[in-house]
Amino acid sequence: MTKTEQSQFRQQANQRILVLDGAMGTMIQRHKLEEQDYRGERFSDWASDIKGNNDLLVLTQPDIIFDIHCQYLEAGADIIETNTFNATTISMADYNMQSLAKEINIEAAKLARKAADKFTSLTPQKPRFVAGVLGPTSKTASISPDVNDPGMRNVTFDELVAAYVEATEGLIEGGADLILIETIFDTLNAKAAAFAVEQVFESLAMRLPVMISGTITDASGRTLSGQTAEAFYYSLRHVSPVSFGLNCALGPDLLRQYVEEISDVATCLVSAHPNAGLPNEFGEYDMEGDEMAAHIREWAESGLVNIVGGCCGSSPDHISAIAKSIEGLVPRTPVEESAKMRLSGLEPFVH
Amino acid sequence: MQQASSTFINVGERTNVTGSAKFKRLILEGDYETALDVAREQVENGAQIIDINMDEAMLDSEAAMARFLNLIASEPDISRVPIMIDSSKWSVIETGLKCVQGKAVVNSISLKEGEEPFLHQAKLIKRYGAATVVMAFDEKGQADTQERKFEICERSYRLLTEKVGFPAEDIIFDPNIFAVATGIEEHNNYAVDFIEATRKIRTELPHCHVSGGLSNISFSFRGNNPVREAMHSVFLYYAIQAGMDMGIVNAGQLAVYDDIPKELKDAVEDVILNRHPDATDKLLEIAPKYQGDGKAVVKETLEWRSWSVNKRLEYALVKGNTDFIVEDTEEARLQAEKPLHVIEGPLMDGMNVVGDLFGEGKMFLPQVVKSARVMKKAVAHLEPFIELEKDASSSNGKILLATVKGDVHDIGKNIVGVVLQCNNFEIIDMGVMVPAAKILQEAKEQQVDMIGLSGLITPSLDEMVHVAKEMQRLDFDLPLLIGGATTSKAHTAVKIEQNYDHPVVYVPNASRAVGVCQKLISAEHRPVFAAQLAKEYDTVRDQHARKKPRSKPISLEAARANKVDIDWPSYVPPKPLKIGVTEVEVDLQSLRAYIDWTPFFLTWSLAGKYPRILDDEIVGAEAQKLFADANSMLDKLCQTGELKAKGVAGIFPANSIGDDIAIYSTDERKQVTCVSHHLRQQTEKPKGANYCISDYVAPKSSAIDDYIGAFAVTAGIGEDELAEAYKKDDDDYHAIMIKAVADRLAEAFAEYLHEKVRQEIWGFGADENLTNDDLIREKYQGIRPAPGYAACPEHSEKQAIWDLLDVENRIGMKLTESYAMWPGASVSGWYFSHPDSRYFAVAQIQRDQLEDYASRKNWQIEEAERWLGPNLG
Repeated sequence: MTKTEQSQFRQQANQRILVLDGAMGTMIQRHKLEEQDYRGERFSDWASDIKGNNDLLVLTQPDIIFDIHCQYLEAGADIIETNTFNATTISMADYNMQSLAKEINIEAAKLARKAADKFTSLTPQKPRFVAGVLGPTSKTASISPDVNDPGMRNVTFDELVAAYVEATEGLIEGGADLILIETIFDTLNAKAAAFAVEQVFESLAMRLPVMISGTITDASGRTLSGQTAEAFYYSLRHVSPVSFGLNCALGPDLLRQYVEEISDVATCLVSAHPNAGLPNEFGEYDMEGDEMAAHIREWAESGLVNIVGGCCGSSPDHISAIAKSIEGLVPRTPVEESAKMRLSGLEPFVH
Repeated sequence: MQQASSTFINVGERTNVTGSAKFKRLILEGDYETALDVAREQVENGAQIIDINMDEAMLDSEAAMARFLNLIASEPDISRVPIMIDSSKWSVIETGLKCVQGKAVVNSISLKEGEEPFLHQAKLIKRYGAATVVMAFDEKGQADTQERKFEICERSYRLLTEKVGFPAEDIIFDPNIFAVATGIEEHNNYAVDFIEATRKIRTELPHCHVSGGLSNISFSFRGNNPVREAMHSVFLYYAIQAGMDMGIVNAGQLAVYDDIPKELKDAVEDVILNRHPDATDKLLEIAPKYQGDGKAVVKETLEWRSWSVNKRLEYALVKGNTDFIVEDTEEARLQAEKPLHVIEGPLMDGMNVVGDLFGEGKMFLPQVVKSARVMKKAVAHLEPFIELEKDASSSNGKILLATVKGDVHDIGKNIVGVVLQCNNFEIIDMGVMVPAAKILQEAKEQQVDMIGLSGLITPSLDEMVHVAKEMQRLDFDLPLLIGGATTSKAHTAVKIEQNYDHPVVYVPNASRAVGVCQKLISAEHRPVFAAQLAKEYDTVRDQHARKKPRSKPISLEAARANKVDIDWPSYVPPKPLKIGVTEVEVDLQSLRAYIDWTPFFLTWSLAGKYPRILDDEIVGAEAQKLFADANSMLDKLCQTGELKAKGVAGIFPANSIGDDIAIYSTDERKQVTCVSHHLRQQTEKPKGANYCISDYVAPKSSAIDDYIGAFAVTAGIGEDELAEAYKKDDDDYHAIMIKAVADRLAEAFAEYLHEKVRQEIWGFGADENLTNDDLIREKYQGIRPAPGYAACPEHSEKQAIWDLLDVENRIGMKLTESYAMWPGASVSGWYFSHPDSRYFAVAQIQRDQLEDYASRKNWQIEEAERWLGPNLG
């Protein structure tokens, strides 16, 4: 994104509430893909099972992914997320596909770029943006995998930085407009991602707007690693994010109070993309588009949000309902704060 | 620490190997556990940030820093505060920055080595997301005068804000506190230099902060603590006024400014403020007078014993400590005008603190239950005295709690009762299996303020509807509270609330109960709350009515046509080694290995998977305590034999006939002894089958000899008596614990027996070799669905198991009229051996199946509707 395009994003965000897309996994599931579909020709001889490696589909089933992007754009999404939630060397190790991480990031960003550009050219007054996704990885830097040794870690900060540097480079090369660090349940992982992103920006002598989105795992109101929403914000605001918010784990009903907590303190834009409710006993998400949109409309009316979308269980129907529900509503005004030192442990500390 | 106003940040300094001999020894010896206690004590004592320093020649400082910070991350009562990473080595600082998820403070960087490393480090600190302390130190050395201090700080400030873009509010200057009264004349003005430099820094460099290490100032009076403490207080008094807003301070080493004797205070002020040349001599002269005996302060752990009795009671309540509760209560009673005032005063104040902490998520349920135990012991001590005075006890209100007819589950109800008692509600607990008429009669007689109903099994939902209808019919106007595992807001709104004109409140968990009851009891809040509830329920009903089923219903005929496709002719069912009934008695010790602990923690509202939960950031510490308590209870139970487990299992010849399973007395399969009835999924399944559990038994038409198993186990023989004994001793914590543990043992027994059946009785699993984790994940052949749960949801089918196995006669387990099992810690179910058999949920069924089922069970439609209510949507 050039400087003008960057300011275009902010300009759009000043004028209206922007819509983020919905779940990728839910949409991929609809295709009921089997092992050979995941493999395609290229990986037909791969030694391990790779069914379930959704990010790989940008290489083996690009048409499906492109089509999903288009469905979300059609539904009214302003920002689409690259299909790269697990595309780091750390998560790809589950399939022995570490060496493909960068390629997946590049191709995923290109696919999303192609889809976004197609729709932007149809309606130039509504430019569409590509958010390059950095997921949480399958490991946690501040939680021990061994009960008997709470001091142990199975991944280091430096390993995370290395993985995220590679992924970020791929996303930028493929043409992402924004970097979205999302579904953060361990803040230290996200700090490593933020560190990596800054490092890449410096080495390429450029910057993209960075979006941050954490996950409050349950009704305790904390991230998995134990921070409150506000403490979590203070841990990551040093990246000067363009937006800060929450996604996943909870439906809009349960998430609202934490979005409000962030909205009360964030000097940047606030984003929220909740799940379509909580999973029922079959692991399915029951909340339908209208209901979800009703919640999100209320958030918008209460002035809590600038960017809204859906996470697990959401579909283009949900996004379309959300997009319609917030049409014409005024975006939240960022908080103006006094100059104070804002530290955090698990809890915030302002001085 | 009265000088420290709320704008002064107290940084804990005990976790510093250069400053604390104890901490250094612990770290060098590798005793990190005790070292963590040092950190925890500091936070408990009010440190708002903790400074951690591992600069010691004998240490691998990087490794020690990383290890200690990683350990702190698993201690929520420590890691709730920000960390100050303190080292003179950049590599140690950087290691530390890679281990903290919060926004930390670096201590420190400076211009000592010049601008280049300073800027480089500052840039990285910003990228790691931390604030930083900057020492007044440059290429020429450490700043001692007021001018040099300001000059270096100003230069640092410009470099940081202009070249690095470092936020000014994240800069903390340390303009060096040096020792005064050293006898060297040049040192006499050091305190003034610091104070004045501070004033200028805070005035001219916007948004930054000033900090310092306080103990340096009094270095020359080592060994004379009273003088040192006076010096610290006086120095802080003036430095804070000048703008020092943070400090590394040992709170134990501070005198209260106003308490310092005048002579000493004057002498100290002369020294600190350098008011005349012989100030030092004067202080030296009077210092010996104030020399204390040098004895260390009372041990931290018992320090609270020296507090006022009210504070001690509060402490005991918050900490759940019963060690001194009787004597402290007695002391409070002697001081009080009336014994009741002790309850209304200090005890309730203490419980309010507990309530607040619980509400804020700073205490967890097990702790609250322990607090209640303390409260009860205190109240028990006061009761005889109150009796004597014949004073009417005043409470927030009276609440009747009962587990409804047909249901024996009461752990949740007991927890709610305890939590409400903590909040000064009087609880009348009617126990389990209480018929509606009895509940309502008692409510009238006792003139209660509200009624709370609890239940776990699905038929209890209907019983609750019944109670609501009865309340309406009998013109009650009391609020009705609904709780328990199968209850829900939707059910309450759709099925219960409409039957009763007064408030009906669904209470999702114990922590919500307090707020709800307080609102309902208040004449002012109740109408508002009731109106709000009515509106909420309208919305829920509306949503429910509009809810389309996710998948379309299909006819029973179509569902049956889409049954699981099993190729029976090419399958030979495993033949049991033993046909008929086997009784099993097992000692608790053998069952322990089979316990699945995760649900145990859920009982106590601690969510997380075992064993990970023991290490959880938030609830880990509490989970570990609970786990230890559960295990010591298990140790005791294993030893005393007060709790017993008994079980019975049997394998029988069987064939399916339609959706039913016919069970034969002998392998000749002539006489059907019993029929087990089942339900089939009735929604459209484009990819899968419409499951019915009977499909996993070979149909009669196949003429293949197949079998079915049944079992009933309990680990609750003696649980009620044990729980009652604890309750008598006002120990609800253990009363709840015994039931929670018995529940786990019953489930463990089911697991144990299932394994025994697969390996020895039925025998098809003789070769399996599974760990407990594998068992929990069901990695074996076959299933053991329980009537009343998803795959066979109709409770009355338990009767078939009772008949087949002669359960009541053999092991004493009973069924209630709602087909709940007694004792509460019991499990029963069927065994299926087919390798494809799996768990599923029958979910919603249609009218045609209801009618079909009724005719199979020989029931009137109404009766079938009653039992199948939850599946009728």
